[in-house]
Amino acid sequence: MITVKEVKKSLLVSLWFVFLTFPLMVIKVNPYERTVSWRWSNMLYVAIGTFVISLLAKAWFVRKERRMARQQDSCRSRTPIIQKILQRPGYRYPLAAFLLGAALAFPQLFSTYQANIMTTALMYIVLGLGLNIVVGVAGLLDLGYVAFYAVGAYSYALLNLHFGMGFWTVLPIGGLLAALFGVLLGFPVLRLRGDYLAIVTLGFGEIIRLILENWNAFSKGPSGISNISRPGFFGMEMSLDQAMIYMYYLMIGLLLVTIFVVNRLQDSRLGRAWLALREDEIACQAMGIDKTRTKLIAFSLGAFWAGLIGVIFAAKTTFVNPASFTFMESAIILSIVVLGGMGSIVGVILGALILVLLPEYLRALSEYRMLAFGAILVAMMIFKPEGLIAGVRRVYCYQGRKRNTALKNDE
Amino acid sequence: MMNKLILEVSGLTMDFGGIRALDRLDLDVRSKEIVALIGPNGAGKTTFFNCLTGIYLPSNGDIRLVSPQTGKESRLNGLKPNKITEKGVARTFQNIRLFSQMTVLENVMIGRHCRTSSLILGAIFRGRKTRKEEQETIDKSYEILEKVGLAEQANEFASNLSYGAQRRLEIGRALATEPFLLLLDEPAAGMNPQETADLVSLILQIRDEDHAILLIEHDMKLVMTLSDRIFVMDYGEKIAQGTPAEIRVNRAVIKAYLGEDVESDNA
Repeated sequence: MITVKEVKKSLLVSLWFVFLTFPLMVIKVNPYERTVSWRWSNMLYVAIGTFVISLLAKAWFVRKERRMARQQDSCRSRTPIIQKILQRPGYRYPLAAFLLGAALAFPQLFSTYQANIMTTALMYIVLGLGLNIVVGVAGLLDLGYVAFYAVGAYSYALLNLHFGMGFWTVLPIGGLLAALFGVLLGFPVLRLRGDYLAIVTLGFGEIIRLILENWNAFSKGPSGISNISRPGFFGMEMSLDQAMIYMYYLMIGLLLVTIFVVNRLQDSRLGRAWLALREDEIACQAMGIDKTRTKLIAFSLGAFWAGLIGVIFAAKTTFVNPASFTFMESAIILSIVVLGGMGSIVGVILGALILVLLPEYLRALSEYRMLAFGAILVAMMIFKPEGLIAGVRRVYCYQGRKRNTALKNDE
Repeated sequence: MMNKLILEVSGLTMDFGGIRALDRLDLDVRSKEIVALIGPNGAGKTTFFNCLTGIYLPSNGDIRLVSPQTGKESRLNGLKPNKITEKGVARTFQNIRLFSQMTVLENVMIGRHCRTSSLILGAIFRGRKTRKEEQETIDKSYEILEKVGLAEQANEFASNLSYGAQRRLEIGRALATEPFLLLLDEPAAGMNPQETADLVSLILQIRDEDHAILLIEHDMKLVMTLSDRIFVMDYGEKIAQGTPAEIRVNRAVIKAYLGEDVESDNA
């Protein structure tokens, strides 16, 4: 299935790569001894490596094209396997029950350290699901998502510091404050799309961080706020370990609520309006959708979840400072959504687990983290631009003209 | 018998910088009427539609809409596109603008958006009212799909439809907003004769269901068979109006389409 022509092309690719990487991989200058060593073997490795990779990629594309040609591309045939499994109630509920059971048993089976890492992963899942509303469903590229996370975290830190307010009181307040900031950001960017929107939201994220960093009287600047109280459980005294495990279960609860709510939102009048907005704004308005309101709701709902997680973050670490809310955070959350699959809940969960857990368990390779990050995203864009697990559209069935006979197949 | 007036445009002017795309245009549409708007390329027909649906804000002039059901009168200039759709004017686009990554049924369901009301809380708690509304949305959307002949493909992606089917889906989506005035921007463009014939019967059926239709079209055969009245535009101005028979012999129209007759000028 691989022709001579393709082999030739791959050879060209590998030659090009040899040329590109020549100064970096082959020449090594030693400034102390003033010598240059030529590492010709590296050149060979680069050549062979890129040749093989390029051939594999070609073969993969050929296979994909054949597969596309075989099956007429309908709504169903594009459905990923996991979504197919989830669509069948017979598999769906046992699978969900198993996952829930595993999640509940996790802190009992593993150490508190593991539970702690898992809590972080769960937080990123919820952040991803929140951003998914804005980016994945409504198609508004938001690079300043971390700002809302910061608003949530600082609202708990400050309210706790000045007024001694408890976690459970501030949790909704933090969420609502973040949602308010979402609307504040939403108004000026209503007219923007795509790249322009991304730039403005990026700026917004930086503005919030810089304010927190420089307004010492308000936020104590770069030194941050420490000694934030942990969440209480009916006034019970908890050891550090217990508090960690409590935090874990709290996140599981919040995640379940989030999945439920986001799933229902996506599959509603509002969710459809968001999808339509992502596809075509002008057609959307011509169909009677209020663009302003729909966009603002998307922004504020997305921000609401970031705010909630912000409060939880502050309570979990008992310390916040602006360094936790850099652009890097936004980028990771966005990568979770893009890697997992825009608009797909299962995809976002998988994406978050991969992007948060892998670096944790591969600490030894942490130097190459950003490199791998970039490589993964580039590979994704080439091979699976729709994400690991693409979202599926709901299938509605309708029999005849009789009323109330429409059966539903949930996602 | 004269039907009730539902749309009256008077002195509509649209300037883009120094270019006058529409020049003091007058037009009226009555209920249950099919009115065609024709003219050479660049005459300003689509600009006119964009002014009517609120995508452009007209520089001058007046657009008045009278609902045939309630008799309520409203001025459309300066309203947002979604408000105009709510008032009962729906449109299709010259270059198809479907939501291509949504299913056919969902496209039509989007059209129901402005006739339903559930929001965040309704979506989350899915109370009785929301469920009833959703069910109605699905039922009515299916009925519309059956009308435009796409019920079989309801769960396909809109992008997978053939060209003619996409045009019909756009009409279906517009119908879902329950308009009394339907604006069709070149509905037959790029269609084969069979598809055009289907389209003609569909348009007539829509008219018989109490919708007035204003259409832009280049297919003269279709225009002449369908329309009750025709408006002809050139360079942003109305150059003629009348029944198909009158337009056919109108000198100004022939001039606009075919150019000046050199022989007769010399004579």
